[in-house]
Parts: sequence; C-alpha cells; structure tokens
Amino acid sequence: MTIDVPTLRKEFPTLSRELDGQRLVYLDSAASSQTPTAVLDAMDHFYRWSRSNVHRGVYPLAEEATDLYEGGRTKLASFLDADPRGVVFTKNATEACNLVAYSWVRRNLGEGDAMLSTVMEHHANHVPFTYAARDLGFEVRHITLTEDGQLDLDVARRLLADGKVRFLAVGHVSNVLGTINPVAELARMVREANADALVHVDGTQAAPHLPVSFRDLDVDFYAVTGHKMLGPTGIGALVARPELLDSMDPFLSGGDMIRDVTLEGSTWNDIPHKFEAGTPMIAEAAGLGAAVDWLTDLGMTRVREHEVALTAAMIEALTSIEGVTIHGPTDMAVRGGAISFAVEGVHPHDVGAMLGSKGVCVRVGHHCTKPLMRCLGLNATARASSYIYNDVDDLEPLVDGIEAARSFFAR
Amino acid sequence: MMEDLYQEIILDHYRKPHNRAPSLVDEDVHVHHSNPLCGDEMDLRLRVADDRVDGLVFDGEGCSISQAAASAMTDAVIGREIKDALDLVEDFRRMMHGDDPARPDDLLDGVAFQGVAKFPVRVKCALLGWMAVRDAIQTYERGASAHTVNHEE
Repeated sequence: MTIDVPTLRKEFPTLSRELDGQRLVYLDSAASSQTPTAVLDAMDHFYRWSRSNVHRGVYPLAEEATDLYEGGRTKLASFLDADPRGVVFTKNATEACNLVAYSWVRRNLGEGDAMLSTVMEHHANHVPFTYAARDLGFEVRHITLTEDGQLDLDVARRLLADGKVRFLAVGHVSNVLGTINPVAELARMVREANADALVHVDGTQAAPHLPVSFRDLDVDFYAVTGHKMLGPTGIGALVARPELLDSMDPFLSGGDMIRDVTLEGSTWNDIPHKFEAGTPMIAEAAGLGAAVDWLTDLGMTRVREHEVALTAAMIEALTSIEGVTIHGPTDMAVRGGAISFAVEGVHPHDVGAMLGSKGVCVRVGHHCTKPLMRCLGLNATARASSYIYNDVDDLEPLVDGIEAARSFFAR
Repeated sequence: MMEDLYQEIILDHYRKPHNRAPSLVDEDVHVHHSNPLCGDEMDLRLRVADDRVDGLVFDGEGCSISQAAASAMTDAVIGREIKDALDLVEDFRRMMHGDDPARPDDLLDGVAFQGVAKFPVRVKCALLGWMAVRDAIQTYERGASAHTVNHEE
C-alpha cells in the first residue's frame, strides 16, 4: 500500500507552516528530518511526568525514567535487528564514529598497518580516522568512484591485495551522491584479505530510509543518528557486536560507566553502559524510541518503496530542466533519496536562495564532504533530499524555483 | 526577499563584471582568498604606483553576491591612495555588519550591497573581494608579493 502523504504530513507540525504565504516544501531531510507529534509527545511526557535520573534510583519515578531510556535502546535495537547490549547511545553519529576511532582504531592500528575508506565519506566518517592516522602512522587508502558515482570494487580489490588493511570505514548511503554502497560485499572482501579486519559502517543516511539488519549486514560497527530518522537532535547510537564491545576499553569515562572506583583506579560497568559516561539523554532516547516505533508502524519496506518512486520522479523532473545535471547514479537500485544537482550558469548558493524565497528548502555547499567535492572537481552542489512526508506535489515548486533561478541569474 | 538581496545593480555587476581578468600586467601582489564553507574562490591582483591602486583585477568562482561585490569593489578602489582604499574597505565592512556607510558616495555601487547585511549567511560572500583587496594592500605594505587566506566560519 502506498503512503497517504497528505494525511501523514498533518503529524508534522513544522510542515503546516507557510512562509510569505507559500506552502513550506521541505527537501532537506538528508541534513535533518522533521519530527512527528508522537516523538514530541514522548519527550514531553518524560519532562512533565517521569522527570528524574536513570539507573540506581530505588523510587518508582526513577524506575520510570530508566524504563523510558532503556526502552528507547530496546526499540532501536529491534529496529536495526541488533542485540540491545550492543547499542551504545551517543550524542550523534559523529560521536559514534569517534568512539570507534578512539576505543578501537587508535588502540589497534599503528605503523605498517593500513585502513580502507572511500573518497565519498562524510567528514564524520573521515576526520576521526585520518586524525588517528596522523598520530599513529598507519596508512589510509581510499576507494575511488566509477563514472556514475559508485564505489569502484576493482580499486578496492587492489587496495586490499597486500593484506595490510585491518579496518574499513564506509558509509552505507552517500549524503551527496545518494549512492547505496555494497557494504556487506565490501565487508566480505575485507575479511577475505585479512580475516581479523573490522568493518565500521556509517549508517546515518541509510537507517532512516532502508530496512537495515545489523545481523544480516554482518559488520562490526554501525553508526546512526536520531535527528535524520524523525527523532530529536542530541542522540545517536553506535551498534556493535556485543563481544567486540566487551573487549574494548571505554571512550569517555566518569559516572555511570564504572563498576567500582577507588582512589587509584576503576573497573568498568557492563556493556553498553561502559560506553555511556554521565547522565544520558533520557528524553531523547524516549523520543528516538517513539520515532522508530512510528517508522516500524509505517513499515520500512513501504518507506523505501516511497523513496524509490519519488526519487525517480524527482530525477526525471530535474533532468527535464534545461541546463540541470545530476551528480551520482540514476539507477534507483543503487541510490537513495539525496539528489545533488548543478544548474548551468547559476551558483548553488543562488539556486538555494531563489528556492528558499519560494518556500523550498534545499541545502547548498560541500555537505561536509570536501574530499568528494575535490574528486568531482566541484566547490559546492545544491541538494534536494526527500522523505516520507514529500510527494510529487513538491516537484512543481522545486522545478519552478530552479527555472526562476535560471532566468533571474542568466548572464 | 529576492529583490532585497539581489538588487538590479548587483545583478548587472554579476552579469557583466568590471575588472575581471586572469592576469594583470606588472602586478605587485597576487592574493588568493576562499570561503571554504560555500566554496567561493577568488584571485585578486594588485599593481601599485605612487602609493595608489594603479591596477586591480579579480578572477574566480563564486555566487552572484561574491562576484558582483568584487566587481563593484574594483570600481570604488582603483585610483585611490592605498591608505584611503583601506579606509574605504573598513567602511564597507562596517556596512555589512549593519552600520550606515560613512562614505556612501565613495563606495559607488558598493552601497547597493547594504541590504545583504540582513542575510547573515551571505555577508561573507559580499566581503570576499573587499577582504581580498585589504589583504593585497597589506601584503604589498609588508613587501611581499603573494598571500593565501582561507576565511573559516
């Protein structure tokens, strides 16, 4: 069954706004999604009804707060088909990537080792590892792209051939090109070349849009963020194999993550608490739990089907405009909903400003992927990214705005 | 909103920029400025004679605001004594932060950018060329011939 977008849209308060008498057309969900009232209510409920701290409280209110927080974890684990003991809450996906960089990569890689990554990574999945490489002297290798913006697996094979690669960091879906990367296949290739190598996937742009099974992907780490999947800002998660987390040392330390503390030192709490120092984001965990419940009710297969249909229609609408070119694959089997495009003779900033003046929200700039921009020979792109609350009614304002930009700025 | 930001004078400079060229005969200074966050890039070349801005050209890639502002800047700055040019740059900079310009007549078409101050994310675009000429003059005063600046957020 297709999604009834006009009805669904009513659950998103921001989308009812008008700007200068124009309907808000929100096409920037790859940067941050909107929030349904069910998520707002879940967070509100915590602050109005169950407000207290989690863990160690022996009074009922504290037990409620703990249930809300741990309930968020259980729901997210179920949503991603993972063991809840392997779900560590972080502030966002960036922190999840840093956890991997600090607690595993920096303690295991050194001179003579190599890690593999790609030229299309978001800075969140790039900087923590090149920073570690600078300090520790291991080599970072990058898979380049094919003509249509997919990872070149022949290049990957060559980069793996010497068996020195001990770690792979790869995004599941590109936030710029929309490319869906074959992460399960890459994980197999990496382990064939080196059985002990670990695989870290940045799932930021995948978890909101695709059915994701951490077990089926068979990777070691998977990072997500709440605010791109209908949840609040301020919460993300690192999903990992529990036995791997058990073997790792903590990233951040302090309260709640300890078992015992003496003047001389400490022992660590069980996973996942070992990686959650200090009072956590309780309302946000409740909100994220409500968000994944909401998505589960809608059905992730339907979410993906909606994305495929709408993205194909958007690509067709965009490429029908004279002077507009799309960056990235056009085959829907290997792409998600983020569409970066160029308008001949008009700078992305000017495209974005014109669209903004018509109530159409798109993102312009380098999208935190400067290495990718350099590979593509670009300084910036304009990017339209849809979600479940968008439909074909949003295409006309997008196309009209781009055509207006073309005539307004034509030299 | 579009009319507030993109006045006709600004669009004229964008479509037909003044003093846009990839080289300058007998240049004294070449500076390269970029706004990494929006990807604007600018090369500015300066020739000084008798302590005056004798030749000034810009080249680069960027949004209409950055390109038009640089074009208007060259008109306002060419021929001025370098100290006076720096004073005029400061007047433009203050205007972009919300002040009324003290020398509107000297800014020439530069005054058309006063409305850009209402769009904080675009202020850096308008300032790019002006910051580049200030840097070029200061580089000249230091006795150097080249300088590169990344304008971070």
